[in-house]
Amino acid sequence: MSIDIRNITKRFPGYTALAGISLKVGTGELVALLGPSGCGKTTLLRIIAGLETADAGSIILEDRDTTNLPAREKKVGFVFQHYALFRRLNVFENVAFGLNVLPRSSRPRKKEIRERVLHLLGLVQMEWSIDRYPSQLSGGQRQRVALARALAVNPKVLLLDEPFSALDAKVRLELRRWLRKLHDEIHVTSIFVTHDQEEALELADRIVVINKGRIEQQGTPQEVYDHPANTFVYNFLGNVNVFHGRIRDGKVMVGGHHIEAQEKLNGHEEKTGQAFIRPHEIGVSRIRSSDNDMPGIIRDIRLMGSQIGLELESAGFEHPIEVEIPRETWSNLGLDRGDEVFITLDKVKVFTGDYEI
Amino acid sequence: MPPFSTNRKHILPGFGLSMGYTVFYLSAIVIVPLATIVIGTFRMDPQAFIGTVTAPRVLASCRLSLTTALLAALCDSVFGFLAAWTLVRYRFPGRKILDALVDIPFALPTAVAGICFATLYSPVGWIGQLLAAKGIQLINTPTGIVIALIFIGFPFVVRTLQPVLSELEPEIEESARSLGATRWQTFRRVLFPHLFPSLLTGATLSFARGIGEYGSVIFIAGNLPYKTEIAPLMIMSKLDQFDYDGASAVAFMLLIASFTMLLMLNAVQRWQEKASH
Amino acid sequence: MPTPVTQEQRNIQKTGKNDPIPVQVLLILLTFAFFASFVFMPLALVFSQALGKGWQLYIDSIREPFAIAALKLTLLTAAIVVPLNAVFGVAAAWAVSKFSFRGKTLLVSLLDLPFAVSPVIAGLIFVLLLGSRTPFGSWLGEHGIRIIFSTPGIVIATLFVTFPFVARELIPLMESQGREEEEAAVTLGAKGWQMFRIVTLPNIRWGLLYGMILCMARSIGEFGAVSVVSGHIRGMTNTVPLHVEILYSEYNYTASFAVASILVFLAIFTIVAKALLEHQIQQRQPAQADLT
Repeated sequence: MSIDIRNITKRFPGYTALAGISLKVGTGELVALLGPSGCGKTTLLRIIAGLETADAGSIILEDRDTTNLPAREKKVGFVFQHYALFRRLNVFENVAFGLNVLPRSSRPRKKEIRERVLHLLGLVQMEWSIDRYPSQLSGGQRQRVALARALAVNPKVLLLDEPFSALDAKVRLELRRWLRKLHDEIHVTSIFVTHDQEEALELADRIVVINKGRIEQQGTPQEVYDHPANTFVYNFLGNVNVFHGRIRDGKVMVGGHHIEAQEKLNGHEEKTGQAFIRPHEIGVSRIRSSDNDMPGIIRDIRLMGSQIGLELESAGFEHPIEVEIPRETWSNLGLDRGDEVFITLDKVKVFTGDYEI
Repeated sequence: MPPFSTNRKHILPGFGLSMGYTVFYLSAIVIVPLATIVIGTFRMDPQAFIGTVTAPRVLASCRLSLTTALLAALCDSVFGFLAAWTLVRYRFPGRKILDALVDIPFALPTAVAGICFATLYSPVGWIGQLLAAKGIQLINTPTGIVIALIFIGFPFVVRTLQPVLSELEPEIEESARSLGATRWQTFRRVLFPHLFPSLLTGATLSFARGIGEYGSVIFIAGNLPYKTEIAPLMIMSKLDQFDYDGASAVAFMLLIASFTMLLMLNAVQRWQEKASH
Repeated sequence: MPTPVTQEQRNIQKTGKNDPIPVQVLLILLTFAFFASFVFMPLALVFSQALGKGWQLYIDSIREPFAIAALKLTLLTAAIVVPLNAVFGVAAAWAVSKFSFRGKTLLVSLLDLPFAVSPVIAGLIFVLLLGSRTPFGSWLGEHGIRIIFSTPGIVIATLFVTFPFVARELIPLMESQGREEEEAAVTLGAKGWQMFRIVTLPNIRWGLLYGMILCMARSIGEFGAVSVVSGHIRGMTNTVPLHVEILYSEYNYTASFAVASILVFLAIFTIVAKALLEHQIQQRQPAQADLT
């Protein structure tokens, strides 16, 4: 089941939530809508589900215009951020709900409903919980029941609104891998909303970055991460060092240093620009290996698990430079606070004229 | 655009039905009947209206209703504050029962409360005979009315104060104490100002209720014209004489008094909310 | 499962304990004194008066035909009023809590209007609207319909005074529950009635029951409004509170207090129900508690 979102616009009093969004989602795809809170991503999801109406534009589900269908007839599975399990129904009744409310003519028999519910609960590894009430389950368990409930009616499309945001870090990680596996098994076209770039990168086939009601970029996680289309995307997808500098003769001048850009810079006229580089793309060594290496002093060291975060001070740079190196490199080099090192900046991405972040 | 409408499409079902029924039922049971009083009063000859509401007996009854309700609200502020303070801050046997019993004046039919107080304070009643021995009589006096109204109004004060008291952060008190304030200073300068708006709200509710109260008062009041005849009773006796215009004129004045009070209350609460943000 | 100590409880423990013991004792004693004179004594008095001349007279006073007739009328009134106001309360709470629309604040304050009106005035407005001396009332009279000084008048006046109870109880409850469960039901294909019956109604049942009990207690105990519209005809248009009044004004104190004792039981039932239901209503909150 493919989804074709055409030019969706939504205004709320005082601001525009969605400014003409168009997006195609292919059958069986798992797409992440990624953006800061308030960017309009949840509104878009709710419009697809029929829980909100668009001011303009249309939603086509598999060649059928469903823009004005009531939510009840959209046959879209929706998983709410806070699960929205029916608190007075037990797990079995929750999952069976969508089947029990079918018109008598198309409603499966009691036995079939039971089989289907048990099958789904098996899929989400919650068979043991059929008699429990939502209040007796943990957050992660509730989320899985909510997923089973949404899948019970064979939705053409599965929509998940910040599915992991209410869970604690460890459960979140577990559930996200599990959801990826589940999707590989059942292949239902899915869109999920998140503000967590790691989640989007790990889970999605395709990422759609949204900001202020507009799509900034879309593509595979690899594309979006490695080739951010603009400064916003660069900033939003992970930590980044930003240097303000001048561009001349295909090179970037920052604080008196010449830095090579990742891509060829066109034009010879001098421009102001911003150079972006991720902390883990910066090299650190004890000895100078090329003329472009800059000297720096380690001001702070942070243990971040497998990676080590360094804060470096270098002449000509206003702000400290953030660097991440593998733990092994760190211990091999025997780095300590106050040590002098050399910094290699050779993969900067440059954006000119656009100061918007 | 008509009121109660919106240009947004509603997602959940039943808005039209529930809203339509709500507006219809509200109009049929409350709005239209209340409007008859207002319309009726405006159709009255202005002179007759003024004549009615300035008749000495009517004026006396309105004055009595206002003063007794005001006195009762003041007493309720004291007793209600005491009860709320004790029930929230201290632990003692019977506390939960007392807490539940605060609602008795809401739950007990007013007529029952009325005959109880009339009997208790009659010269042969449990309390009345003690007072009679000292030459005091409360029945058939404005003081008797105040006693009945204290009973009716005190839950308003307790129930508005309780939540504020229990949400009071101990840090407020502790920091005041650590700055060298005595207990009394802490209470007077820190706690009381914090609780005052709720106290005022509760007292106003109790006052508004007291003005219109009928059942619990008439038995103990004795209903002597000019002395212990309350305004609602005035309406009653005008109705008994089929003086519908007179009754609605007095009712109109009483309604104005109650609504003014509640509007003022609203304004005070809004002001308070603004100040606390 | 042990009940967790809430922040609120902790506050109480800390602040209350800091007060000097003599002050605590004094305030507790004063509170008891106030309750003794304003709550315990009146309640004790009812039973002491009602049973003062023996059980036989007590039972006779309650079983006397006029008392039975009054009780029947009162229960009939409550049986009509409570369902009507409950349906209205659910409809109003549904509209107010699940949708956003202009004029909502105004509507909510209009719902509370009857509480601001003196019971006597509540009766008066219906006499002015439907009494035999008004155009509408006399038209009804010509068609043989009598409302004022008869049962329909009592029912209508009671509808007015008990109007806000259910809505008032449900609106905050349903607002705190939000719309998500209903939205989930709709995305799963439920029709309006199915959603309401399976999802909404179970969520609000205790609050609804509590609102109905309050509504019932007031409709049984209402005195002022009913007194205006009732013709005070014994055996015909007398409710229990009116019967209490008549017996009292005839100096038949024992019978009056005996009948009043029924109403005291009602009041006690109401506050016990409140204590029990408040617990039930609050218990549903932990279901959402661990979201933060």
